[in-house]
Amino acid sequence: MPYFGCEETVKDLKRALSNPNVQADRLRYRNYITRVIRCMTEGVDVSSVFMEMVKASATVDVVQKKLVFLYMVTFAGAKPDMALLAINTLRKDCDNPNPMIRGLALRNMCNLRMPGIIEYIHQPVMNALRDKSAYVRRVAVLGCAKIHSLQPNAEIDGGVVNELYNLLRDPDPVVMVNCLRALEEILHHEGGVVINKPIAHHLINRLKDLDSWSQSEVLTFLLRYRPRNDDELFDILSLIDTFLLSAQPPVMAATLRLFLHLASAHPTVQADALTRARGPLLAACGAAAREMRFTALCHVQQVLRSQPTAYGSHYKRFFCAFSEPAYVKLRKIEILAELVNDENVALILEELKGYCTDVSTELAQAAIKAIGRIGRTYTEKCLEILTGLLALKQEHITSAVLQTYRDLVWFCPQSTAAVCRAVEGCDDLPQDDEGKQALLWLLGVHGEQISSAPYVLEGFIDGIKMEISSAVKMELLTASLKLFLSRPAETQDMLGRLLHYCIEEDSDMCVRDRALLHYRLLQCGVNETRKVLLGPKSDPSMTIITGRTEEPVNHWASSFNTLDPLLGAESRAQDVPGEISDGDEEIRINDPDQAFQNGTLKEGDTDGAPDASEEPRLSLSPLVSHDAFEKLWMELQVLHRQCLGVPRPSVSPDTLNSAFQLVKIQILAYSRSDARPWKLYMYSWSGGSVILAELLQDSADTVTLSIKQHPEERGAVEGFVSVVSNVLRTLNSS
Amino acid sequence: MISQVFILSSKGDHLIYKDFRGEVEKDSMSTFYEMVSSLSGDQPPVVMSRKGLNFIHIRHAGLYWVVSTKTDPSPFTVVEFLNRLVALIKDYCGSVCEKTVRMNFALIYELLDEMVDYGYIQTTSMDILKNFIQTEPVASKPFSLFDLSNVALFGAETQQSKVAPSTAAARPIMTSYSGEGSKNEIFVDVVERLSVVIGANGVVMKADVEGEIRVKCYLPSCSEMRIGVNEEFSIGKSQLRGYGATVRVDECSFHQSVKLDEFDTHRILKICPSQGEQTLMQYQLSDELPCPPPFRLFPTVEKDYGSRLLIFLKLRCDLPPKSSAINVSVTVPVPKGSLSLSQELSSPDQTAELRPKHKSVVWEIPRFPGGAQLSALFKVEVPGLSSASLQEVGPVSMSFELPKYTCTGLQLRFVRLSPNQQAPSHRWVRYVTHSESYTIRI
Repeated sequence: MPYFGCEETVKDLKRALSNPNVQADRLRYRNYITRVIRCMTEGVDVSSVFMEMVKASATVDVVQKKLVFLYMVTFAGAKPDMALLAINTLRKDCDNPNPMIRGLALRNMCNLRMPGIIEYIHQPVMNALRDKSAYVRRVAVLGCAKIHSLQPNAEIDGGVVNELYNLLRDPDPVVMVNCLRALEEILHHEGGVVINKPIAHHLINRLKDLDSWSQSEVLTFLLRYRPRNDDELFDILSLIDTFLLSAQPPVMAATLRLFLHLASAHPTVQADALTRARGPLLAACGAAAREMRFTALCHVQQVLRSQPTAYGSHYKRFFCAFSEPAYVKLRKIEILAELVNDENVALILEELKGYCTDVSTELAQAAIKAIGRIGRTYTEKCLEILTGLLALKQEHITSAVLQTYRDLVWFCPQSTAAVCRAVEGCDDLPQDDEGKQALLWLLGVHGEQISSAPYVLEGFIDGIKMEISSAVKMELLTASLKLFLSRPAETQDMLGRLLHYCIEEDSDMCVRDRALLHYRLLQCGVNETRKVLLGPKSDPSMTIITGRTEEPVNHWASSFNTLDPLLGAESRAQDVPGEISDGDEEIRINDPDQAFQNGTLKEGDTDGAPDASEEPRLSLSPLVSHDAFEKLWMELQVLHRQCLGVPRPSVSPDTLNSAFQLVKIQILAYSRSDARPWKLYMYSWSGGSVILAELLQDSADTVTLSIKQHPEERGAVEGFVSVVSNVLRTLNSS
Repeated sequence: MISQVFILSSKGDHLIYKDFRGEVEKDSMSTFYEMVSSLSGDQPPVVMSRKGLNFIHIRHAGLYWVVSTKTDPSPFTVVEFLNRLVALIKDYCGSVCEKTVRMNFALIYELLDEMVDYGYIQTTSMDILKNFIQTEPVASKPFSLFDLSNVALFGAETQQSKVAPSTAAARPIMTSYSGEGSKNEIFVDVVERLSVVIGANGVVMKADVEGEIRVKCYLPSCSEMRIGVNEEFSIGKSQLRGYGATVRVDECSFHQSVKLDEFDTHRILKICPSQGEQTLMQYQLSDELPCPPPFRLFPTVEKDYGSRLLIFLKLRCDLPPKSSAINVSVTVPVPKGSLSLSQELSSPDQTAELRPKHKSVVWEIPRFPGGAQLSALFKVEVPGLSSASLQEVGPVSMSFELPKYTCTGLQLRFVRLSPNQQAPSHRWVRYVTHSESYTIRI
């Protein structure tokens, strides 16, 4: 497949390999075999020279032997019958006096993955387990695992397992570790190798004789072991303590993981281990190899989940180096944003500010978002930097700053005024979808504070034909409608145009449906629309959720020193912005949703003592217009009149209004507060019937409530009365 | 455990492919390359996963070195293993590049076969491996006199009697065919990496040094070697030795084969180096450099008439007069959309270049003697220059090499081989400081 004429090449090779002259010349012979291997690596199917290669395996030249074995292992599956021809040579080599040849032959024989091979290799492997050369024993031990994998469903050979358990006492450290590995595979279905007390202590005592690869592997196997009591636990911990400071990052990481695991019931010991390992982990963060740096950084992030302050004083270690690749820099920026405290905030912000103009847009945006995160705690300083960045008038920076503003306003309402000023001064519009959405959201929610909001929106509405993203269109619809609610005069006309375009001309179903929804909402009346559309403008409590909390170490200890922090954090980083916007979307639709649920609730529950807890039985929809109210009020007779015995609350009409809205009663009209008599008209829906009510205060101190209802339903009236009096009482008491 | 190890060129050519467990399809190489090439950005993430198959890779010499696995191994181990593989190939073949990998694929297969069995790392020690590896490395280019002209490490002072050319250490370890007389060499390198951040007001905000002592040994067998570092070398803040200026580091760690019995009293490291390259000691120093940082920059950035930006840089080298910096490169970020550059430099061997793609001006100085001061004036044409754009003239970063110089002041007093070493040998001690990251804010 990869090269033209490769069939020719293979034929040539076949011819050359079978040429006796070539076979006689050792170097030429080897040269042709090398060419076969090269073709094999490049992906050429050279299985047709198998026969010639088998012949070439019978040689004293070790290099040639190795090359041929490499070939045979690759193609044995395709040519099992011919591979059997090679078995003889291999078995002969297994008895070679040279342990290197014995090991080589045995290893490759076990690697021939084809049916029927087991009967040939079983005996040599068993013999080799008792070989006097450690090299051969290493191969044989893993050979047992290979045999098992060739017949996964066969019964486990108890003899082999016992033999392997005995070999754990082998003087050669690699044989010992290989035994653990082989047992782990063979006993996979039974839960893996059993680490009991004698084995565990044997392994721990031999740790210092092992090389770093084996050390980290053994330390990982020791995760299996549960010490009987605290004394034993602390004995073990003190034995492995020195490895915590190992110069080899793999050993250090494996030891730390074992520490965290063993001491899961002792948080102070865990914290202590993390502190001790800080030095080596920081050293790994500055390792020469950037992949190692990255790995260490990801694990530092994990540690920060439980010890947010641990690395605060080492923040300079996480400053980005000029030559580092972006993925290391991104991690460092994330970490820097987490390390901020009162002492270092100025220096970290100054460093991050330098990254904001980086040539890589990804990096620049990450730095801006990091500043935004810090802004949740140190709002003023960060706003200053962000606003300064807007002056650069570069699309990607503007877009990231706007997104950061949106999140900042949501989390820190105190920043709203400053953000609105900055947005107003920003005359450079973002070009990407994310940035547009952020700007539209800000204009919609805080439009009353941004004087230029209608003009900016108009620009978007005029350009809607060119807009491709449906998400932006939907955000535009919502923003225009919200702005209409706060500044109707300026927005009405363009809102009409927008709705018309979206309903009549847009081809995107979602956009059309959203536009229709908004249109029908408006048909119901402005107040209804306001009810549905306007939610909270910020949610400072979210800071507590997304802010720094000290997670228990045990939450993440199990994934320490696995691929998870490297993989997971990657996807986590991508999730975060999405999560936040999803979150507030949800909250924004939360209110009408709840109202709807409450509306259905009251259906099945009409009687029973009406009290404050049943307030939600009322509902605000459908909307009743002023005219309709007046008409109904004239038509109906007073059903119930009651003196509530409470004075009129001395609060502003707005407060009164929102208080009643909370209990799903809409106020329609009221007299000036100094008027005598003072009147207030309101309505609410209970099931299918509408309740109209008048609050009247003439000369007396207390107010009288008159109620008209259509159609009549006594139970609902009682509830209504109690709700109203409750509200008044609450307002008076506060 | 490791399922496969493979090496891909940057264009996706298959250079090496070794399957250890036969549990993964061979097309995983193509899968990996597809994933890598579909991603934007300068480098894909180190760990990627698809359909339960994890790929862990490093980039070295423009090649992808990849491990694929179905389990969830320790990332530290796998990354370290790949780095070790690169180092071993470098020891054997002299240098690592696509060409050496292509030419030495038989050797690399042999190495992999001995290093890993059934996906488990068996050994990576040069001492053990050299007994098993039979293939002879093919050097990518013969060691020729021509290379001597390309002296990078010791600057212009090649006329000195006993200086090893920088390429001398970039030879294959197995030297059966290299020039006679160069067989019995041992190089001891003190390499420091310097990261510095200097604030806009000239205050050093961060100064970190990561250093290591490396031994590269060409002797086929070496008896014990003794290396003495400064007597006044001290570790940590509390410990002070000697009366004069101490050489202090914050943290220090040693290779596990280093014997430290004379370290506490006489600051002597003892080791039997194995053939190839090893790191004997690593140390770190944060924030308390015993000397001033090597470069100070005095920048002036202003807006000229029209749309022209004036950047005037005065750069002073604070090294002692005897030392000098080489290959100095100063990168100054300039506003987006910069069109052209005209420069005034103080000597003809310096160059300056505008790189619009990287939004930067790069000023290169081949050699910068200690105590000297150089200046450069850059006039950059930026259409639509506003005063806000001056913000974009951000932190200046420098890269350079300081031969024969260590920032911590660490020196080797002696390198002694035990007297019973049979063959005569040459010992070379080299010091070099690299700029890991040298940032000066404007």
